[in-house]
Amino acid sequence: MTDFSPGPIVLWLASRYENLELAEAVLVHVCRQRGIEGENEHWIGVALREALANAIKHGNRGNPDKRVFLSIGGDRDELKIVVGDEGEGFEPDVLADPLAPENQLKTSGRGIFYMKTFMDDIAFSRGEAGGTVLTMRKNLNAESNAKGVKSA
Amino acid sequence: MKTTVTTRDAGDVKIIELHGKITIGAGDLQMREAIHAAIAGGARKLLVDMKDVSTIDSSGVGELVGCYTTATHKGAKLKLMSLPPKISDVLTVTQLITVFDVYTDEKDALASFA
Repeated sequence: MTDFSPGPIVLWLASRYENLELAEAVLVHVCRQRGIEGENEHWIGVALREALANAIKHGNRGNPDKRVFLSIGGDRDELKIVVGDEGEGFEPDVLADPLAPENQLKTSGRGIFYMKTFMDDIAFSRGEAGGTVLTMRKNLNAESNAKGVKSA
Repeated sequence: MKTTVTTRDAGDVKIIELHGKITIGAGDLQMREAIHAAIAGGARKLLVDMKDVSTIDSSGVGELVGCYTTATHKGAKLKLMSLPPKISDVLTVTQLITVFDVYTDEKDALASFA
């Protein structure tokens, strides 16, 4: 891993799913720059896509006039991804457990679970101008990160 | 990689081959449309070949679960084949790997329908 730390990359994206490809391409660029490769890069990418899809679908309700904020940064020891939307906000604590037997065959409700599984820490907060802000962190030094999937 | 879905028959089994990403706004709806079309066309033995799937997200997983439920309600069987490790991991952490019948190769998968 290099000591190169260029500071966060910040994007404002229209609420369109096509923009997930752009965001993932930027993430891959940052990962390669910072020596994050293989499975870690893949699982961080999955978490990023879940976060952005959540912001577009549930935060901004698919309104392309509303934007999604993305920041990819952190330091030598940690990758930090922040995703914000311009929606009404939501209460993540009331989300159903996707592992509960009664939820197993539901067609939705797994996105946040995957983010928690593939990242080391995720936290929701209210944005200064409203909306929801999601902060995800990945420890780049932990031996447990040799494989991206960890127990939720 | 652009998502594509192709289908072929192996006896009375409809094999649905997925290629690329099965993610929101990309392959999730294509997969659902292909599976629903097969069921609507009378197929009752469905085998989803995932060996060329590069990524699946919660939306893709949700559609897969929805297709499984639809197939079951229609009296059809939907099984999965040739899951790449990363796709298997995504299904494993949500314990869905125990819901689906999963096979490593086509021969065993086809034999399971007999």
